[in-house]
Amino acid sequence: MEFLSAIIAGISLGSIYALIALGYTMVYGIAKMLNFAHGDVIMVGAFMMFIALTKMGLHPILCIIFGTVICTILGVVIEKLAYKPLRKATSLAVLITAIGVSYFLQNSAQLIFGAGSKTFTSLFGSGNISLFDGQIIISHNTIVTICVSVIIMIGLTLFINKTKTGRAMLAVSEDKGAAQLMGINVNKTISITFAIGSALAAIAGALLCSSYPILSPTTGAMPGIKAFTAAVLGGIGSIPGAMIGGILLGVIENISKVYISTQLSDAIVFGILIIILLVKPTGILGKKMNEKV
Amino acid sequence: MFKQKKSIAKATKNNFITYGILAVMFAGSLIWLESGAMPRQFTKLLVPLCTYSIAAVSLNLVVGVLGDLSLGHAGFMCIGAYSSAVFTNIFADVITNDLLRFFIALLVGGIFAAVFGFLICIPVLRLKGDYLAIVTLAFGEIIKNIFNIVYLGIDKSGLKIAINSSKYTEIMSADGKTIINGAMGITGTSRDSTFIIAFVILFITVAVSLNLINSRTGRAVMAVRDDRIAAQTIGINIPKYKLLVFTIASFFAGLAGVLYAHNLNSFSAGAFDYNASILILVYVVLGGIGNIRGSFIAAIILYALPEILRSVGEYRMLFYAILLIVMMIVNNNDTIIDMRKKLVAKLKKNKHKTTANEGGDI
Amino acid sequence: MALLEVKNLGIVFGGLHAVEGFNLTLEKGSLYGLIGPNGAGKTTIFNLLTGVYKPTSGTFTLDGVKLAGKNPVEISKAGIARTFQNIRLFKNLSVLDNVKLGLHNQMKYSTAEGILRLPRFFSTEKKMNEKAMELLKVFDLENEATTLADNLPYGKQRKLEIARALATNPKLLLLDEPAAGMNPSETQELMDTIRFVRDEFDMTILLIEHDMKLVSGICEEVTVLNFGQELAQGKTSDVLNNPEVIKAYLGD
Repeated sequence: MEFLSAIIAGISLGSIYALIALGYTMVYGIAKMLNFAHGDVIMVGAFMMFIALTKMGLHPILCIIFGTVICTILGVVIEKLAYKPLRKATSLAVLITAIGVSYFLQNSAQLIFGAGSKTFTSLFGSGNISLFDGQIIISHNTIVTICVSVIIMIGLTLFINKTKTGRAMLAVSEDKGAAQLMGINVNKTISITFAIGSALAAIAGALLCSSYPILSPTTGAMPGIKAFTAAVLGGIGSIPGAMIGGILLGVIENISKVYISTQLSDAIVFGILIIILLVKPTGILGKKMNEKV
Repeated sequence: MFKQKKSIAKATKNNFITYGILAVMFAGSLIWLESGAMPRQFTKLLVPLCTYSIAAVSLNLVVGVLGDLSLGHAGFMCIGAYSSAVFTNIFADVITNDLLRFFIALLVGGIFAAVFGFLICIPVLRLKGDYLAIVTLAFGEIIKNIFNIVYLGIDKSGLKIAINSSKYTEIMSADGKTIINGAMGITGTSRDSTFIIAFVILFITVAVSLNLINSRTGRAVMAVRDDRIAAQTIGINIPKYKLLVFTIASFFAGLAGVLYAHNLNSFSAGAFDYNASILILVYVVLGGIGNIRGSFIAAIILYALPEILRSVGEYRMLFYAILLIVMMIVNNNDTIIDMRKKLVAKLKKNKHKTTANEGGDI
Repeated sequence: MALLEVKNLGIVFGGLHAVEGFNLTLEKGSLYGLIGPNGAGKTTIFNLLTGVYKPTSGTFTLDGVKLAGKNPVEISKAGIARTFQNIRLFKNLSVLDNVKLGLHNQMKYSTAEGILRLPRFFSTEKKMNEKAMELLKVFDLENEATTLADNLPYGKQRKLEIARALATNPKLLLLDEPAAGMNPSETQELMDTIRFVRDEFDMTILLIEHDMKLVSGICEEVTVLNFGQELAQGKTSDVLNNPEVIKAYLGD
């Protein structure tokens, strides 16, 4: 039963990673860049919701909407100000800029909210459900996290495959030049991608901080990097890959926490990243990318 | 032939200036230090300044020459620091000559870091540059995590190692000497880092880097940076050169770690986290990517300033973040580059005119 | 024995036969043209011959040595050099360094000898400089030796790419649209240079070109490619008058 609990908690954590990984993988697929600041958008979202809840006294749902809207705008602004001027630059330059943005968000948050950590009140209540005579206890947060993630993943898959905007995103990720020739507004598509990715990050922030109620300026950094690992595990650029990779990674992390060592669980997660890159760098569902000569 | 000689002369002259700056800094600091007039505030900065300069110059080999990003440079310092401090603590009573022991400690730290650099580079050889950033970041975290839980001590029956404190107390006899104390790190390492040794290592790092860049190997590496496909088709073995440069850079990061470990009463893995790696990257970017001289100058200025002006501390990190973004955009955006080129051309033209008016011969 | 023998070479990209059943025999010293409409698979053939892509079928040999399936480094060492349609120079390095990089496997010293500045570093670098300047003179680039490759005008960049390829001491030189973006007088000059390279270096040259004036001016024989397959092959003047070829170019 302990094993089953660990798996369920792992799936819950993994769905959060999956939501974050979706943002990473979509941006990587479309803008061909590694948005290092993605994890910190989670933190900004969580802080916004925290303020909305404690300072403005809004209803939890409104808090989530408030945080999500702010993050969506933030994502687009970051793209326009920092990344767009570097569309033609080397990936090194873009990567360093992204690190700069990440650092900027963390340090701004530190100046505004202080370096100390805040206790985040769950947005989804604190009840539990107990199964098998209390042998398995599942919190409301876990249930909400899994449900919300599943709904979002289904919605996103439908959006990308069925709507015009979604298909434009697919086209841009295949071939930017060709998409432009077909009349697709590449800049707008990239903005939309950042908007969606950041909105997902905000929701992930709400779920993350409701389950793990410590909020500080560096809250987003570690989940962000792990979500990137999840995206690589699933195959970078692949949306179903990000979902599978996220959930798998969450389960692996939780099982190593329970059965191996709490302190080593991060090392295990990153060890997996290195192993995947050695064995199958394209990940579970990734495609091989040929460089154009 | 004339132009070609001029190009070589230009590179030599440039290196000469770099060595000159180093020599002046060294002589100045040494005279100031020996005269006894240097305030305590500065003397305690001398070794760290060299340490971070070495770290920045070696990271620049990866970022500027290889064109890849490493976010785990502090991790290699960490390997160098731990391996050498363990060595020094074990052999403290065996090798009593401080200088000899420290020399071996430097080799131990450098080589350990180089071996890890080599191993870490292997998974990313076939992949795009972005992946090196992620793998080195992951590596830095793994190293920090592992060192945080390791306990290592020595007693009569030999070395004792454990990964939690209760197990460690169990296997370790009471009269033994603890070397690595979990998250507390290493305490009581002989403080062998002196300004002169640190400076000599900085000098060697700079000289090796400059000689590497201006050689067949350096050209090959920069060719890979500029165009991988073209480099392959003229017969350059990309994995070999990537591994080579990354291993050399890790070696020097390891040396920086040795200096760090032997400069403090105690240190722990926490000192070598992601933020430390980013800080070194800031030095490299500000000093100019690919510019060796810039790296150590930026490291010295940026490291010393906040130590001297404590008041800016609070905003320092925010300032660095903005600096990274602005530097990248100014140096990589086509429109801004064009504007800059035009401005420079205009300035040159004006200068030209003034000199011509003065009847000068150009 | 022929210098280059290509037999039934082909590659499939996700179901698309980009090149199929390509055959070619090049005698030493010949100047051969590869022409065809855009997307016919010409550059893909260059990528196959230089190991950038691995062929899915067929084989090719250089001087009797089987090279199909080898990687670009091995093929470069075996003696095939190329230029690129969309110029690939080492932009942040000087013109001289670009050519010296071509000499990378011709004149060697170890990394340690370079770092420690041992005698072999100085003697080899001197030889490299001399050889590189010699090549730059052929292409009239000796006055730009210290210029960054990126700052060269377009026509000179194309020349530099040829000089760099020649520095690898190849047996076979592949030129991918060498005249692209050049004006008629530059093209005329380029034709003289290509002929000069063939005669002076005793080189075998295979080139892709859209400029028919250049092709008919210097190529003895040509192969026409269409949709990844050979459409015609033979003496340049005959092939260019072939109605099939004209149709492929102009459409129905």
